[in-house]
Amino acid sequence: MAYIKRLVLDILKPHHPDALEFAKALAELGADYRVTLTTVEMDEQTQTLRVVVQGQDLALDGIQEVITTMGASLHSIDEVEATGAGDAETDAYR
Amino acid sequence: MIAFADLRLLLKITRSQDIARRYFVVNGFDGALTMLGLNVGFYVGDGDDLSIMLSACIGAAVALGMSGLSSAYISETAERKRWLADLESAMVTDLQDSAHNTAAKIVPLLVALVNGLAPLLISLFIITPFWLAQAGVGLPLAPVESAILLAFVAIFGLGVFLGQVSGGLWLWGGLKAILIAAATTIIIFLVES
Repeated sequence: MAYIKRLVLDILKPHHPDALEFAKALAELGADYRVTLTTVEMDEQTQTLRVVVQGQDLALDGIQEVITTMGASLHSIDEVEATGAGDAETDAYR
Repeated sequence: MIAFADLRLLLKITRSQDIARRYFVVNGFDGALTMLGLNVGFYVGDGDDLSIMLSACIGAAVALGMSGLSSAYISETAERKRWLADLESAMVTDLQDSAHNTAAKIVPLLVALVNGLAPLLISLFIITPFWLAQAGVGLPLAPVESAILLAFVAIFGLGVFLGQVSGGLWLWGGLKAILIAAATTIIIFLVES
């Protein structure tokens, strides 16, 4: 069993909901979820984000669902950090 | 069933709180001034048939409510559809599963309810003296005069609300609204006499 510990996502979202609402919605997926959001580019109606999600065992399906619900779209998964079985409790937040 | 938190999110992403507030004041003002006009008209015309005056006021209140409800729903639905289409074009994606699509359907209903209920409820508040008089409750003033007084109270209240929204002095907001009501009353008196 492997665990996904860290994801770096390239996301395009409308201006509303704002970055705070967006980050909070992702963080609410799990008590151990930690979200870092950086605005990379700002257009008239949209903004491109670099979102880093960290946790003990990230569920991409749930993350993808929140992204869709918030009106955003996942352009690419730029980085993935996974660990093998037995390592779920350690080194979650680097 | 949409939870309150979801509703807040929908209003936030469409930035509809301001629109709903504006509709509440604009149409609430319509309702209050219409009732004021009707009752000043009854006063000047020496209207004394309580049931006819009450029916006229209820008719006007319902018409204002329906007008507010339907006009806001039609215009807001069109605006939200265009907003969603613009957003989908900017995002180059389909937003059918997003909160934005839900907002495009729900927000026009909410805004229409505010726009319709504001004049209806304010009008019903203003004509409470007629209900009370019909129920045999004794009033210190005649029902028409009491209704005129309540119309001034409602208009003052809306002015105070606007004053608070603008961050200014609430009393000044209320007084400005009272001035408008007074001017309306004077014009009706001049026209009728």
